[in-house]
Amino acid sequence: MSTETEKQVQNGVNVDALLGAREALSKAPEAAKFNWRASCTWMTGTHSQTSIQSFFGLGQQQSHKTEFTFDTDHPEIFASEDKGATPVEMVLAGLAGCLTAGVASIAQLRKIQLRSVKATLEGAMDIQGILGIDGDVRNGFNDIKVSFDIDADASKEDIEALVAQSQKRSAVYDVITNPTNVAVSVNKVSVN
Amino acid sequence: MSRCLARRSIDHAVLERGEVANSWRTERWDSLRLLTPNWHSRLPGYRYEGADPDGYRTMPETVAFFQGYARKISAPVRTNTTVTGVRRTEEGYAVATSSGEWRCRALVLAAGACNVPTVPAFAAELPSGVAALTPFQYRNPRELEPGGVLVVGASATGVQLADEIQRSGRAVTLAVGEHIRMPRRYRGRDILWWMDQTGVLGQRYEEVEDLTRARNVPSLQLAGYADCRNVDLNALTALGVKLVGRLVGIRDGVAQFSGSLPNQAALSDLKMNRLLDLIDEWAGRNEVMGELSGSLPPPHRFERTRIPASPPLSLDLKRGEIRSVIWATGFRPDYSWLEVPVLDRKGRIRHDGGVVDSPGLYLMGMQFMRRRKSALIDGAGDDARELSAHLASYLDGTQVQFARARSDAADSFAFLNTSG
Repeated sequence: MSTETEKQVQNGVNVDALLGAREALSKAPEAAKFNWRASCTWMTGTHSQTSIQSFFGLGQQQSHKTEFTFDTDHPEIFASEDKGATPVEMVLAGLAGCLTAGVASIAQLRKIQLRSVKATLEGAMDIQGILGIDGDVRNGFNDIKVSFDIDADASKEDIEALVAQSQKRSAVYDVITNPTNVAVSVNKVSVN
Repeated sequence: MSRCLARRSIDHAVLERGEVANSWRTERWDSLRLLTPNWHSRLPGYRYEGADPDGYRTMPETVAFFQGYARKISAPVRTNTTVTGVRRTEEGYAVATSSGEWRCRALVLAAGACNVPTVPAFAAELPSGVAALTPFQYRNPRELEPGGVLVVGASATGVQLADEIQRSGRAVTLAVGEHIRMPRRYRGRDILWWMDQTGVLGQRYEEVEDLTRARNVPSLQLAGYADCRNVDLNALTALGVKLVGRLVGIRDGVAQFSGSLPNQAALSDLKMNRLLDLIDEWAGRNEVMGELSGSLPPPHRFERTRIPASPPLSLDLKRGEIRSVIWATGFRPDYSWLEVPVLDRKGRIRHDGGVVDSPGLYLMGMQFMRRRKSALIDGAGDDARELSAHLASYLDGTQVQFARARSDAADSFAFLNTSG
């Protein structure tokens, strides 16, 4: 066991800080309430640009170091100009990023050295739904498949457990697999 | 606890709202058997001496077992005495009951962890025409409406009811969230034998990394059938039970299920295999040392949980296919009578291994209270021995003229939630 505790693992995750936050927030659950934000501006056609910078958490306004912007559009086969990924591909990006961050964090916690992690995602969709051709077909994904290629100093079972645990603790996985209430309102309308 | 207090000559009474083993008499379905084998229920100075040590007790046998113990130890039980309020006094506690008030210097809460079935708030959204039952209301499949049954929850209660109801000829859909898969037998022995021998059940609460997590682990997917059959998801699938993900809401009469079923099954398979690895490792060590009597069948692994390719994410409860919903979604203790401020923000009692955060107040029979087996019948003895020692030194330390103490509880014994 002594080799286990002395084992140096570096996946670039500050687990001590995460565990410290967990400890602190379990005593101050109010500070654990976060609001994540995005604002989106229509450019033209199906092209929009979403900006992300500020968020709320730990009881106060917070900010990313810089503003991040993401272009979303549709590909040319939909007669669009393809100035960005489709919004559903952004969903896949969110899921991939969330699960992979989870894998890295949990690997660090479990003292597993990662050498490489690659996730490949595929979401199956029948676009008869969004085109309104068939009301029985849903708009969103029917199924999402995520496959991980992981090179790490651990057994196959330990790596499978990493990936399973990362799903269990993933926010985006939860958002996709469980229903969420979505309230959309219209604030300002200008009419000529 | 009563036995341990008596051995220390601590004057006490045991308050019981009904008859001895009340919960086992009144809050269990007809076919239920204990999930632990007969030999495993060892209480201080009392153990199974019948002809079927590997069998599983029926509810009448369980009641008789506790009655026998109460007689044997001459437990000072006050039956039909319902506790209606407990408050702190200068000397200790005042216990209001249906037959007058008791005053005591120390008090043991042994009313159990499973007094109230928990049902999600969205249960109110069930369409009319669908009957809803908790496990306390369910008795047998014949009492159900004809037609399909949605069993919500796949821990010990949910899988046993799914098994029984599907076998009765009704189509069962089982909503599966987090669950702990467990084979009834492994390598020729009951899984409880392995967990007992390897020290898994005796693991102490100070030894686990995440105690909150350990105390909230769902109950094992086990049943106490005479044929020792498994009631894991593969066994239920083979019977024709339809698996869906965790029930996460009901909207416009449509039940919505989580898409997380494959991962729930994967987590559970991994967890089961870690236990089997531990067992094999222990068996290997002890076989080598010649300490295991008889030869063991070789290690093996069970087939992975089979999950349908695309389990349905919704089910229209207005269509008439589902006529009953059974909420096998867990239980919680009832502390409505406890006026001592010892509950945390989640409504759980603040305690350290059963020593409650209020002088002279103790707890018994809670999940992983002092050991992994604390909520099992077999766990009561070790916990009671330690807590009665603490209680005795507490009484010695309090300078009160007359060294009398009464330990009262709302139920006669730690309610042991092997079924929950």
